[in-house]
Amino acid sequence: MPRFLLRRLLHTLFVVWGVVTAVFFLVRLTGDPTALLVDPSATQAEIAHTRHLLGLDRPWHVQYVDFLFGMLRGDFGQSIQLRRPAMQLVLEHLWPATVELAVAATVLSTLLAIPLGIVAATHQNRAPDHLSRLASLLLQSMPSFWLGLVLILVFAVQLNGLLPAYGAGTWRHLILPAVTLAAAPLAQNVRLLRAGLLDVLPQDYIRTARAKGLPERLILYRHAIWNTAIPFLTVTGLSVGFMLSGAIVIETVFSWPGLGRLIVQAIPGRDFPVIQAGVFVFALIFVLVNLAVDLLYAVVDPRVRLS
Amino acid sequence: MPRAGAAKRLRRDGAAILGLLVLVAALGAALLAPVLSPGDPVKNDLLGRLSPPMWLDGGDRAHPLGTDTLGRDVLSRLLHGARVSLWIGLTAVMMAAILGVPIGLWTGYRGGWPDDLFMRLGEIQLAFPVLLLGIALLAVLGASLVNLILVLGVSGWITYARIVRGETLSLKERGFVEAARALGAPDRYLIFRHILPNVWASIVVVATFSIARVIIAEASLSFLGLGLPPPAPSWGAMLDEGRNYLTTGWWLALFPGLAILLVVLGINLVGDWLRDLLDPRLERGI
Repeated sequence: MPRFLLRRLLHTLFVVWGVVTAVFFLVRLTGDPTALLVDPSATQAEIAHTRHLLGLDRPWHVQYVDFLFGMLRGDFGQSIQLRRPAMQLVLEHLWPATVELAVAATVLSTLLAIPLGIVAATHQNRAPDHLSRLASLLLQSMPSFWLGLVLILVFAVQLNGLLPAYGAGTWRHLILPAVTLAAAPLAQNVRLLRAGLLDVLPQDYIRTARAKGLPERLILYRHAIWNTAIPFLTVTGLSVGFMLSGAIVIETVFSWPGLGRLIVQAIPGRDFPVIQAGVFVFALIFVLVNLAVDLLYAVVDPRVRLS
Repeated sequence: MPRAGAAKRLRRDGAAILGLLVLVAALGAALLAPVLSPGDPVKNDLLGRLSPPMWLDGGDRAHPLGTDTLGRDVLSRLLHGARVSLWIGLTAVMMAAILGVPIGLWTGYRGGWPDDLFMRLGEIQLAFPVLLLGIALLAVLGASLVNLILVLGVSGWITYARIVRGETLSLKERGFVEAARALGAPDRYLIFRHILPNVWASIVVVATFSIARVIIAEASLSFLGLGLPPPAPSWGAMLDEGRNYLTTGWWLALFPGLAILLVVLGINLVGDWLRDLLDPRLERGI
């Protein structure tokens, strides 16, 4: 177990290093940020001076080594546009805005999936099951940002501002973006839970529980559901990646002041330090969640050996 | 349970036929866009701006689905947009498969350092949110049709490489491959005559679903302003324009999304059917 953990942690470090290295060189290929920063009438000498102040006149490999050592100290440099520490900016946008959105969407897509999946499984091939199949198919086939636009159209425009369309601050602002982000994972979770329950429900221990006269609700929620947890976990790990990617577009749709929107806005401004710090945090979250999922397998199912 | 089986089959095949019909209609719309369009997809008509769909008050029969903020006909833009979406979807997926399948065959068959190299590269790429990668690459290359296809195609290799590698790993140990090897068949023969034909089904299934994913990714990138430069009609770009007019021109944001939904739904239905038909092992039980 400790060896497994150590190896996985090393692997995690490697992946994060790969991602930041890729992004470091990728952003530098997009061009020189000083051109966007200085006055259009600036002379060549002034441009060169600004470039020197930003440290961008040094060879790339020097900048890269500098960046890696800075990263080890937690220093990602100053934002070129906003003149503030890049990591501080990133963390301000991550917490609370993006975390709030991602947690709300994860909770929605998991908690709602349980009753819906149970209803679909206990009514197999009857109306509720067909309805849930159709709904999941539709939700998984639409671009999430379009669902966001339609929700704005209905709840903010047609219903005269029942819910706010843009911005953040109150729980009412959170509803539309969270529902938008939760929709596709919810659809997937319901189908997964249904499939899992259909495997579990005919098993002997469920029959025993029924024979003991336990109430059906207790059997479903206490006995059956935990045995569908493994595929659920795998998909949750993967859907964190989806949520992070989804957050990028959905934060833009709802003008949600989160990390995704920060990065999207930093790219055209060539704000290298902010992009690097933001992508670092995204990648770190992704690999850590997937590591946690792997470890949870062993907790949920003691038969799984970590090796 | 022959009856339940038949009912299941009918449902699956029925859904697949529906999906196929949608796809044929979309392909037809794309191919015949110049004939079917009631107007010019890029011609401005500033006097006829934001005209609603024809069944609403103020609608114009010349513009069945209304006009946009520059007075361009929405239906014509949708039909031409089908060309963009389907073309990008098909070419990007082909490019991803052309890159990924040989890598998967090679790394799965040979193992060793190329295997480690490519799989580690893939893991790094998977930890990179797909859209951010797209945004960054398009910022480097500039937004154009070719670059969009390149970015979406190249970034898709890992899906194919992983699946083909996994199958190759197990296939190369199987009896019929061992037997051919014992008879002295060269590696190239083993890979192309014995392994590839057995991986083919998985590739087709994955490619089908990938078209849907690429279409949505293209729409997302265009929505963020990184797709085709205007005035080219792309569904994602139309949604981007439409979102600023939700109060005055709701149809601008509604119809392109419906078009994407229909095409992706069609692909998913056909993909589900293909998966059951070609590769029962991939079944998700859905």
